[in-house]
Amino acid sequence: MAGDSDPNAPWVTTAGMLPVLVTGALFVFFLGYIPQIAAYAPVRWAWDWIPSLDIALTFWLDGLSLMFALLITGIGTLVMLYAAKYLAGQPQFPRFALYLFSFMLSMLGLVLADNLITLFVFWELTTFTSYLLIGYLHVDPKSRRNALQALLLTAAGGLAMLAGFILIGVTQGTFELSELNAAGSMAEHAMYLPILILVLIGAFTKSAQVPFHFWLPNAMAAPTPVSAYLHSATMVKGGVYLMARMHPSLSGSDAWVWSLTIFGGVTAVFASFMALRQTDLKQTLAYTTLMALGTLTMFLAGSTGYAITAAMTFLFVHSLYKAALFLTIGVVDHGTGTRDADLLGGLARAMPITATVAALAALSMAGLPPFIGFIAKELAYAGGLEMTLSAFVIPMAIIANALMFAVAGIVAWKPFYGPQGKLPHKPHEGPWPMLAGPVILGVLGLLFGLMPWLVAEALIEPAVAAVMGAPDTGGRLVLWHGVNLPLMLSLATFALGALMYWKHQQLRAALARIEAKGPDFDAGWDRLLDHFMAMAKGQTRVIQTGVLRHYLFATFTVLVVAVAATMVLRSPGSVSLSLGGLSVREWAIAGLALAGTGVVVLTSSRIAAIVGLGVVGIAVALIFIVYSAPDVAITQLLVELLVVVLFAVAALKMPHLDPTGKQRHRPWDAVLAASVGAMTTLVLLYVVDTPFDRRLTDFFEAASFPEAFGRNIVNVILVDFRTLDTFGEIAVVLVAALGAYALLKGARAATKKDEGQ
Amino acid sequence: MEALTALLVGVLVAASVYLMLARNFLRFLFGLILLSNAANLVIFASGRMTLGAPALVPYGMDTPDGVVGNALPQALVLTAIVIGFGLLAFTLALAFEAYRRLRTLDTDKMNDAEPREDAK
Repeated sequence: MAGDSDPNAPWVTTAGMLPVLVTGALFVFFLGYIPQIAAYAPVRWAWDWIPSLDIALTFWLDGLSLMFALLITGIGTLVMLYAAKYLAGQPQFPRFALYLFSFMLSMLGLVLADNLITLFVFWELTTFTSYLLIGYLHVDPKSRRNALQALLLTAAGGLAMLAGFILIGVTQGTFELSELNAAGSMAEHAMYLPILILVLIGAFTKSAQVPFHFWLPNAMAAPTPVSAYLHSATMVKGGVYLMARMHPSLSGSDAWVWSLTIFGGVTAVFASFMALRQTDLKQTLAYTTLMALGTLTMFLAGSTGYAITAAMTFLFVHSLYKAALFLTIGVVDHGTGTRDADLLGGLARAMPITATVAALAALSMAGLPPFIGFIAKELAYAGGLEMTLSAFVIPMAIIANALMFAVAGIVAWKPFYGPQGKLPHKPHEGPWPMLAGPVILGVLGLLFGLMPWLVAEALIEPAVAAVMGAPDTGGRLVLWHGVNLPLMLSLATFALGALMYWKHQQLRAALARIEAKGPDFDAGWDRLLDHFMAMAKGQTRVIQTGVLRHYLFATFTVLVVAVAATMVLRSPGSVSLSLGGLSVREWAIAGLALAGTGVVVLTSSRIAAIVGLGVVGIAVALIFIVYSAPDVAITQLLVELLVVVLFAVAALKMPHLDPTGKQRHRPWDAVLAASVGAMTTLVLLYVVDTPFDRRLTDFFEAASFPEAFGRNIVNVILVDFRTLDTFGEIAVVLVAALGAYALLKGARAATKKDEGQ
Repeated sequence: MEALTALLVGVLVAASVYLMLARNFLRFLFGLILLSNAANLVIFASGRMTLGAPALVPYGMDTPDGVVGNALPQALVLTAIVIGFGLLAFTLALAFEAYRRLRTLDTDKMNDAEPREDAK
């Protein structure tokens, strides 16, 4: 996408520079904490958020979170500077800068959060902001699809993780990570296994462990600076961070050791082979990131000082060289117009700085002395030898590291010093804002390798202490350990790696053949989504038929079942049905109402039905008259009259009730209708069987005249005590009238138009 | 009388549900009218029914003389009757206009908003 930027466009813009300055300031702010954290004195900030749910905005700065915070803000500053130049002149650059900056802040919140719920919120924020970043080139459907894939997969994992967090909160009585870690391992708890599984699902999806790995290479749809940021220091390390953060409380069981070792080891080796398989340099780097994540996961399975030191050192080293390489490839892409490893070659002359920086970063990645990558690898072997499953870990680590050695050659040696390739246009060196990041990161990799004590005491050892849950003796970060077993393993790795680089073309072809036969996770994902869509469609077809009768039938059925179930479960007991003491008058009214109802239901004539309705209405009015409600009766009669008139006018302009001449017989409807009716009768009988609470009635009777000066209590209630109700009622009638007027006016206008034609 | 009213309400509700499940939109409207009558009776009967004693305060007195009909449900029913009427008038206008445009009152065919896939 390098072609999109305009080399002459001004890149020093507000949108471009503001994030750089703020992030840089944050970096300096966190640098200031190094002495305090190195002395094992963690800092805690707390604000109340939802006290009733035990959720607080609490932040915790210790060795682990400080290392992450420095990587995020430090690399963030360089990446944002780079992006300002890389995307200069693009009309949507301010939007991109906003996304990137929000992502940086979310990530910072994630690694600093102490409360699990706060952590989850920031976790999801990183998911959403990375969705926006991956889908930045939103006109491309592939870009949108890959963004959605990353979002769905990591958000689903996040939900599992939230469930795990809630289980932790319920069983342990706190959401604070600092308290949980201080309490030690919860491996003895009955709910430990579900918690572990749920939290690991979250971590594995975020950190793209096999079989959830496929979203990460696809996320390369994002512009190069994004890839660098997402995949080196940040987003994908979120899962690794979580595992490291919760190491004191969740480790200490066989389940932890086995799951992390197996998933991590398989991911590392699988990803290394896949990296060799790719020809797009950016894809190659994406898979090496996957390898790094697998390796980190594998070493977090261990609990010994060497294993954790290896994990923390490698995490730090990887962030440096991977960000540098991603940015370098962006420069190459910018300068030559391609990222295809088969086309690139002999660029060292035209791009001397880029070539040097790429070499620095790649040498660190290959694990050669005196780079810090070498120290990390030595530590990895030393740590691996100490681990429970060393027989599995060591071969996995050797294969992965040897492949990294080969990949380093492909990424950094061949494009610059290899035979001249066919380039789309004449290569040129990158501008300084784009070189600053890679140069700084690359040089740091060499500097820290020569002087490992610079980072050992300040960053790595405090981080190790945080993961181990106790201050650590340290002193493991040394360039030269003497001739020992890890060194032998390193030499074997170099030999194997050199062989792989030499034969990489043949190896790539062989891998392509194997890949074609293996399972395609990406296509599987598409099929899964298709199944979901089909399910939603089928469900809609069944539930939403578009037929009113079906909706009503379902509604009434649910009503009957729900009320009947409540009655059975609560078993209110028997109910009395006393029909004694009623005069002929009452029976006559009831008979009138029944007769009217019968006519409405049975007739096929509109006139007869309207008359039947009128009869029912009058019978109801009679009930009101007899039982002390003259006002209601008057209203009822008046309304009934209006209803009959309206219906007579309107209904007679509409077709017959049964155009075929005969009413359809509907037994199931009859059964349902009878059930609803019977249920209503029962409920009403239960209601009148309960003791009557007269408090409200007593109040109205006592207050009506003394307070509202009205002798008709019903009227006083309507216009005085419940005025707002009456006001609402008037409003409803008015709205109904307006609506009806609008409808009928439209009808008249249309009729006139028809006649006019 | 409450028991008899309960039975009557049951019949009214059953009749209105049966009518509302019919395909003809006019029948649905008839069901709606019966249902609002039934609902009013339910509210009325829940407040207990008193024979021949309207809720009035006689002249010269501050409170009603003896037991009178429960005024609160009456006030609620009054409101309900009027709102029910508003609803009915609007629905009738809607039916009228719908019939003018669609030339049918068969609710199975009045599905422009959610057309069935097979009926294209």
